[in-house]
Amino acid sequence: MSEPSRNDALEALASSRWRVAAALTVATLVAYFGFILLVAFNKPLMGQQLVPGLSVGIVLGALVIVTAWALTGIYMLWANGKYDRALSQLRR
Amino acid sequence: MNPTSTTGSQLGQPNATAIFFFLLFVGVTLAITWWAARKTKTTSEFFAAGGGVSALQNGFALAGDYMSAASFLGIAGLVALSGFDGLIYSVGWLVGWPVVTFLIAEPLRNLGKYTFADVVAYRLKQTPVRLSAALGTLTVVSFYLIAQMVGAGNLIHLLFGLSYEVAVVIVGVVMILYVLFGGMIATTWVQIVKAVLLLAGASALAGAVLYRFGFSPVALFNEASRQYGEQVLAPGTLVSNPVETVSLGLALMFGTAGLPHILMRFYTVPDAKAARSSVFYATGLIGYFYLVTFILGFGAAVLVGRQSITGVDKGGNMAAPMLAEVVGGTGFLGFISAVAFATILAVVAGLTLSGAAALSHDLWSSVVRKGQAPEHEQLKVARLASLFLGVLAVVLGVVFKGQNVAFMVGLAFAIAASANFPALLLSMAWKKFTTNGAVASMLTGSFSAVVLIFLSPTVQIDLLKNTSALFPLKNPGIITMPLAFFVGVAVSLLFPEKEARERFAEVKHRMHVGAGKAAAVPVAQVPSVSPGATPRPTATKA
Repeated sequence: MSEPSRNDALEALASSRWRVAAALTVATLVAYFGFILLVAFNKPLMGQQLVPGLSVGIVLGALVIVTAWALTGIYMLWANGKYDRALSQLRR
Repeated sequence: MNPTSTTGSQLGQPNATAIFFFLLFVGVTLAITWWAARKTKTTSEFFAAGGGVSALQNGFALAGDYMSAASFLGIAGLVALSGFDGLIYSVGWLVGWPVVTFLIAEPLRNLGKYTFADVVAYRLKQTPVRLSAALGTLTVVSFYLIAQMVGAGNLIHLLFGLSYEVAVVIVGVVMILYVLFGGMIATTWVQIVKAVLLLAGASALAGAVLYRFGFSPVALFNEASRQYGEQVLAPGTLVSNPVETVSLGLALMFGTAGLPHILMRFYTVPDAKAARSSVFYATGLIGYFYLVTFILGFGAAVLVGRQSITGVDKGGNMAAPMLAEVVGGTGFLGFISAVAFATILAVVAGLTLSGAAALSHDLWSSVVRKGQAPEHEQLKVARLASLFLGVLAVVLGVVFKGQNVAFMVGLAFAIAASANFPALLLSMAWKKFTTNGAVASMLTGSFSAVVLIFLSPTVQIDLLKNTSALFPLKNPGIITMPLAFFVGVAVSLLFPEKEARERFAEVKHRMHVGAGKAAAVPVAQVPSVSPGATPRPTATKA
């Protein structure tokens, strides 16, 4: 592989990583601030109980925590797999 | 289930189990320090454990650095006293971690050596950038340290009945021993031991609570709403002002990505892959821990009773230990108290090490000695800096006795989010970022955050007892973080720097490919070096 095309490929790979990172960051922001804004503007909804003892707010709060972890996991799987494989091929 | 059953509490008296477990923890961790001291001969080992920490180990250590006694006891207390509102804090404290994974962890690992200033200064002028980065780091570390030390003193006074000063001195001395002799290797293992103990202790406590409710958290919540009304399951007074909440949320979210003692952990793993994986493990552990803490808070409200909790400590900080006594007797109280003590020790050690790295690596080695300091001198300065910071922490802890320092943690996060995060992100992602822009952004972030907190209701009304505050928000993140970004961009555009722009290609290449921490290889040579094969000579000996 010649130098310029290797650089181009690396550039493309780098921007794919930024795109994935940016999309997942936005997803995290949406989940978190969605939760916070619901807490701020729709308290009755958050206080509604799905079954006695379990309010919408508790479910959503726990979901945000689980979502944050899952998004981190998605990124890790993508980066440790696809991204690293492409990177190591370019290094050769 | 009788809320008054704690009148015969052993809380606040020397407790044999607590003392036993605490001595056991200190004994084991000092043995680790002794073992680590023999392996700590280079600055890389002192600051980064020689890069030989595995992803899982670092995940536990990151979790250990982050799960302070404040989040364990504080959130449990908050949930016990105000129900659902505590969960808002738990969520806020967790959501910074994905951002750390996506944007910060691997570029940091690939570009830096010991501190985040390595990354910001990579293609910029060393002296001004490192001076302002060290200022930001030391400010964050100082405020966080004061909050932890004052918290430690109060907590241990309440738990064991030891005097405040004695408690602060014990914490200081043991922490200095860890950092001074064992460096990052010892500190990492102290964090791992502490994280395991804390997770195990909290899980056991939650298990004992849930046992009484047929292992159904919902039954527990239902009992809480029966005792205290349905509003414990709904948002209460914590979020009365949406702007305030978004501001706090921004500071918590991006502050995590700017905390020096967290960022420093990414240099302890061998490569970017391990850096990513370690944040994934840490996020899972911390998320689990916060969910468990939520159950502990409700458990304390139901089984201990709010009146008994506030009778011991108005802030509710004793909710979790009191709960331990109710469900598991004096022995369990002792164990949980010892875990809380150990937690403070470990967090303070991590903070001190990151402050020492800023003092010795950024200020002494790079600014004073212009990178010419020999290895043994760097190590000596690093140890002196650790000792200095440890003593300073004890002194500040005693000076601030009796002060309400809760705002200091918020301040530390606000400064980290405003001073450190924008400069860090811009230096990695924006070609036209310049030395002047970086310095301006970091100084603006630090100063505006400190000034606005000083003018905020927390300091003006709660602390100084004035009737009004010039700045309406308790947390300035929503103003100071965008301001730091704006100033960084504007100054960079006003004063372009040719060299910084030209070297961006090198930054980008190394950020993705990773050249290993030992070799600062010019970009043209990197492909022929085959970085994947032997990334870091310094780490292979472990």
